Amino acid sequence: MEWDWAFVWQIMPTLLEGLKITILATVLGAIVAAVVGLVLAIARRSPNPLIARPVGFLADFIRGTPLLVQLYFIFYVLPDIGIRLSPLVAGVIGLGIHYGTYAAEVYRAGIDNVPRGQWEAARATNLSIRQAWIHVVLPQAIPPMIPALANYFIAMFKETPLLSAITVLELMNQAKSVANSSYRYIEPMTLVGVFFLVISLMSVVALRFLEERYARVDAR
Amino acid sequence: MIDWSGYLGLILQGALVTIELTVMGSALALVMAFVAGLGRLSRFAAVRALATVYIEFFRGTSIFVQLFWAYFVLPFAGITLTPLQAGVLALGLNVGAYGAEVVRGAVRAIGREQHEACVALNLGRYQRLRHVILPQALPLMLPTFGNNAIELLKGTAVVSLISLTDMTFQAQVVRAQTGNTLVPFATILVLYFAMAMAISAGMRWLERRASRGLDGVRV
Repeated sequence: MEWDWAFVWQIMPTLLEGLKITILATVLGAIVAAVVGLVLAIARRSPNPLIARPVGFLADFIRGTPLLVQLYFIFYVLPDIGIRLSPLVAGVIGLGIHYGTYAAEVYRAGIDNVPRGQWEAARATNLSIRQAWIHVVLPQAIPPMIPALANYFIAMFKETPLLSAITVLELMNQAKSVANSSYRYIEPMTLVGVFFLVISLMSVVALRFLEERYARVDAR
Repeated sequence: MIDWSGYLGLILQGALVTIELTVMGSALALVMAFVAGLGRLSRFAAVRALATVYIEFFRGTSIFVQLFWAYFVLPFAGITLTPLQAGVLALGLNVGAYGAEVVRGAVRAIGREQHEACVALNLGRYQRLRHVILPQALPLMLPTFGNNAIELLKGTAVVSLISLTDMTFQAQVVRAQTGNTLVPFATILVLYFAMAMAISAGMRWLERRASRGLDGVRV
């Protein structure tokens, strides 16, 4: 079967429609992951082992099991207990929680890298724990984390095709439906690959920039 | 009341397929990791370029897209793969690309003085790699290889979408037949987690073995 450019231009609008959903899911998923990760990282540092232990186990569990199965779980099991989610919402929650556990590790490393003396100084100047976190620790911990977080968000972007399994009409699903209705697989599947490759290569360039900008805190 | 024993058997059959895929995929990934990782450190610019293209291509797109491409597009080029072959190929090549960067990083982390000592001792290129560089680089690679193997295990769930009867696929079958969603999905989540734990325990054991006798070599 030959590559057909006319067919490529014919399916392009449908694929771009799917690409929009893919990007939307990535952005929303990244926001959820950033928040979930922060909550997990702080809970894991809790002095109360009854909070820290189960949260640590939960994070390891989520990180050790496939995203696809977690998406099925959210999409098929939750309705049984009365929580009915639209496919996109279920997908964003799945992506967010899965990558939130990765983000939590990044946060943890970033927080551990803030020298103990900073904590002690914050306590010595009579800041409350809340103030110490918000005004002293997080502003120093977050900039070095940004490249590592961005790395995971690129990984998350590449995983969004999994959302097609729970009927989200993103890029992969649009390509599959075009392919199935026209019996032509070469162009849609290859174009999906090209889209992902181009966007992730561009993000890698952006990542290099972020690394230059934020990673070398001690060099400043 | 549903008789779960038959359905559990179905899921365990799927678990065998998942393990098979993980083992074969990891074997291919390991080979590709060394070929491409060492290729990137080659003397020849053409080999370096080829390895770089392979790595960037497979890291730039997701396992899902590669799998569908292998399964649906390759037949038009005259290469028809069974779902299992397509799965092993896509998983192995994908994770191999990540592994290649690990191999490269670990080999580069071995100090210049080791290379210079090899030259001084008149070792050939192959001898240098085989007897001096790799034995020291291997313990550096193992922890990340363990994580990559777990990523590969998680990647195997995707093959259920090209109708390979792995654990995820069987869970969907059980869901369709019983109408119960919680039991099959909770079961396979626990099984996947147990497999991931087994991989990381195995890797810790390998790490201890590989670093035996290297105490005090590096700080």
